[in-house]
Amino acid sequence: MSKDRLIYLDNNATTPTDPRVVDAMLPFFYENPGNAASRNHPFGWKAEEAVDYAREQIANLIKVDSKEIIFTSGATEADNLAIKGVFEMYARKGNHIITLKTEHKAVLDACKKVEKMGGEVTYLDVDREGLVNLADLEAAIKDNTILVSIMWANNETGVIQPMKEIGAICEKHGVLFMSDATQVVGKIPVDPKAVGVHLMAFTAHKMYGPKGVGALFVNRKKPRVKVTAQMDGGGHERGMRSGTLNVPGIVGFGKAAEIAAKEMDQDMARLSKLRDKLENSLVSSLEEVYINGSVEHRMPHVTNLSFKHVEGEGLMMTFNQNMAVSSGSACTSASLEPSYVLIALGLGDDLAHSSIRFSLGRFTKEEDVDYAIEALQKGVTHMRDLSPIWEMYKEGIDLESIEWSAH
Amino acid sequence: MAYSDKLLDHFKNPRNVGTLDKSDKKVGTGLVGAPECGDVMRLQIQVNEEGLIEDAKFKTFGCGSAIASSSLATEWLKGKSVDEALAIDNMALVEELALPPVKIHCSVLAEDAIKSAIKDYQEKNGLEVTVVMNEHH
Repeated sequence: MSKDRLIYLDNNATTPTDPRVVDAMLPFFYENPGNAASRNHPFGWKAEEAVDYAREQIANLIKVDSKEIIFTSGATEADNLAIKGVFEMYARKGNHIITLKTEHKAVLDACKKVEKMGGEVTYLDVDREGLVNLADLEAAIKDNTILVSIMWANNETGVIQPMKEIGAICEKHGVLFMSDATQVVGKIPVDPKAVGVHLMAFTAHKMYGPKGVGALFVNRKKPRVKVTAQMDGGGHERGMRSGTLNVPGIVGFGKAAEIAAKEMDQDMARLSKLRDKLENSLVSSLEEVYINGSVEHRMPHVTNLSFKHVEGEGLMMTFNQNMAVSSGSACTSASLEPSYVLIALGLGDDLAHSSIRFSLGRFTKEEDVDYAIEALQKGVTHMRDLSPIWEMYKEGIDLESIEWSAH
Repeated sequence: MAYSDKLLDHFKNPRNVGTLDKSDKKVGTGLVGAPECGDVMRLQIQVNEEGLIEDAKFKTFGCGSAIASSSLATEWLKGKSVDEALAIDNMALVEELALPPVKIHCSVLAEDAIKSAIKDYQEKNGLEVTVVMNEHH
């Protein structure tokens, strides 16, 4: 087995930059070093032309007008710009924002900031599948609601929200709809205008592009959406985001979008087969394995599994010299709290501690998945042989009946 | 975060994994931690008539540092008197395994497991309980 090669099954964290993307970027470091805002010499013209071309490539991928793409440093900045920017721009209309408890921290923390700035935020629960309850969403909309911010798909579980239905509710009530689409753009078909999304944040490095460049889609017609800039300076990006454009990064982002548009269908078909193989093999060969989140509404390359009575970080240590995945275990987070996303799905803390996320990508091979299956089977068995609570469970002891010494 | 070779060795080849008969009067059992917190340690000692720990076993649900801490603790316990065992300090485990700061709680849990096992042994045998459990939040 390919022990000499590190196996990477953590593509929801970041993806390798496609070599074709790197090739497209390279001329924009030394040969074409211009600033896209330099309007009076060939260096600037060349850079501006390259940025315009990339903007078209990205707009084509998500079927919007290139003027509706605002470049940022990444999805976190785009989320912040959308949420705080709408809050400031629409202050006269209202101050209430609705979001989900399972959103990425970039959205949740921007919402917390909005609360500090005098805004009001509703954090909706999700059901056991990780999906928003549409009736709850509609009931939460009030006269002062200005924005609904719901992620297209979740980073931990891969669960895809009912975007069209959410869009229809927002339309009906005249509320802006923003979506953090970081995990989906370039991976599955994404058409914000078709589902009524007015603002959408995404980033290059989750779609085989470089790190450090992202974008916010801002709808320009029906309705014309505006956001207050959060970065003051030279007035770049139609005044919504100042700062010299990251020309090589943007060129790479564009190339990544072009490749995704061409290859998405085949990537999805191949990866969903590999994901299913991984998931089915583990669920059928090991006892007490649970799939977290909806299996019906889910991205094709992601599976999040809990291995009962095995602690996630410990399990990862059985193979992490050779293979990368991620865990919702507290021990892998700085906060020592288990994944709030899995907790919101109604998992007990114990199952959240036992979760592993596998996220496949364009460069995942079938042999990688075969390696993962074997490594997990060995690892889970090793950890369960060591686990006192697995032993108790096998002896039929009710773990709920034990008075644990919490520490 | 790279772990020390010693820690990895105890994690991959844990010593003294197993279960002693907890109804045996010679056996003291400590069960500490909680599944919701992501770590549970069960550490058992078997004490002979001279008051020496002749066997020690553990099982741990937890991260690599928790498993290595309890494995090392069982190694250290064997052959010690109960009083000597009570003197084992979590910081000694931290040093031996080179635990990073975020994993110090794993060593504290191992110390608690030792104390809890000794307390169980002393109570079962009608001995004076000399164990002072750590106070935690």
